[in-house]
Amino acid sequence: MIGALIIVFREVIEAGLIVGIVLAVTTGIVRRGRWIAAGIAAGVAGATLVAVFANALSDALAGIGQEVFNASILALAVVMLSWHNIWMARHGRELAAHTKEIGEAVAAGSRSLAALAVVVGVAVLREGSEIVLFLYSLTLSGGASMWELLAGGVVGLLLGCAVSALTFFGLVKIPARYLFGVTTTLITFLAAGLAAQSVVFLQQGGLVTALNRTVWDTSYILRDSSLIGRVLHTLVGYTDQPSGMQAVVYAITLLIIFSLTRLLAPTKRGQRSVAVA
Amino acid sequence: MKQSSINKYSLAIAVLTLASFSSMLPAGAEDSVTVNISLKDHRFQPAELHAPANKPIMIIVKNLDPAPAEFESNMLRVEKVVTGGGTITLRIRPLEPGRYRFFDDFHQETQGYLVVQ
Repeated sequence: MIGALIIVFREVIEAGLIVGIVLAVTTGIVRRGRWIAAGIAAGVAGATLVAVFANALSDALAGIGQEVFNASILALAVVMLSWHNIWMARHGRELAAHTKEIGEAVAAGSRSLAALAVVVGVAVLREGSEIVLFLYSLTLSGGASMWELLAGGVVGLLLGCAVSALTFFGLVKIPARYLFGVTTTLITFLAAGLAAQSVVFLQQGGLVTALNRTVWDTSYILRDSSLIGRVLHTLVGYTDQPSGMQAVVYAITLLIIFSLTRLLAPTKRGQRSVAVA
Repeated sequence: MKQSSINKYSLAIAVLTLASFSSMLPAGAEDSVTVNISLKDHRFQPAELHAPANKPIMIIVKNLDPAPAEFESNMLRVEKVVTGGGTITLRIRPLEPGRYRFFDDFHQETQGYLVVQ
């Protein structure tokens, strides 16, 4: 049981952290519970499909179906996170001020919620399909009884919920005036990390070959497969042996999101001219 | 005025993005070395693969067990599911000489090495 538990827990960390962050980011937005639940449900359904059709996926696109699929859903999550950040930089303040009164702001809020629900769905899908395949594999190899697997799976899942809860309560403890800045930064790094992960799949599929050498190796300090390594891997994209292209894409993603958030945010000057007009 | 400065920036970003993408295009198919390995009773056979240094490597993994496995290696930077009875191909970058560990993520005691000389 412990074996199943550890592996399930390891897999739910990433999804757990992401759900926690999304819950904190969307605090106060109407109907967020429904959106996030829909994201999780879609992720679970998708994970089951991916696990059941793992063979077909693997053989698709001349054998690089898995790589293209993983790279694409990760890229989708990156786009959604970037869009959310940029959109929030533009409208976040009005939204926070008027959420409860103006129907329009609520509608706009659900657009942003939809983007985050997609991110949650992708995270659950990726981790979930691994869990399904892993548990299925254990059943076939007879290493553990059905009950042990079930118990391991359920406890692992509960621990994942605990990770979400810890992340959420940790974040909402931050004073409201800093929370927006903290979550925006978190999401930016999260997006950059996912972009770098996406590159690994493109490299594995042979679609990207430039800058494929390992630029540094910090595995003797912190393995990205360890518990802390995994948490940092999700939060800031920590990788112990990244390729040059991973580092480049990571930096470019950070640069793009930070600069677009800056450029598109309503400036002080802009506000003043509106006031004068 | 503000609008045009935004356009200038977004143009610069677009160019940067395009430039980064164009460098991602696959290089001409270099002559790669192919090695075969299979999984049977949760053991890699052979447990040690050999390949020359500084050449792209293709590892063909055949899973002879009914249970799915996940071929994974941090050092090789790969992670790929191989279903029961399935076969996958892994493309590995040109490597420096060394011993590179790989394992089955679903059965972590199942491991092997790629020895690059």
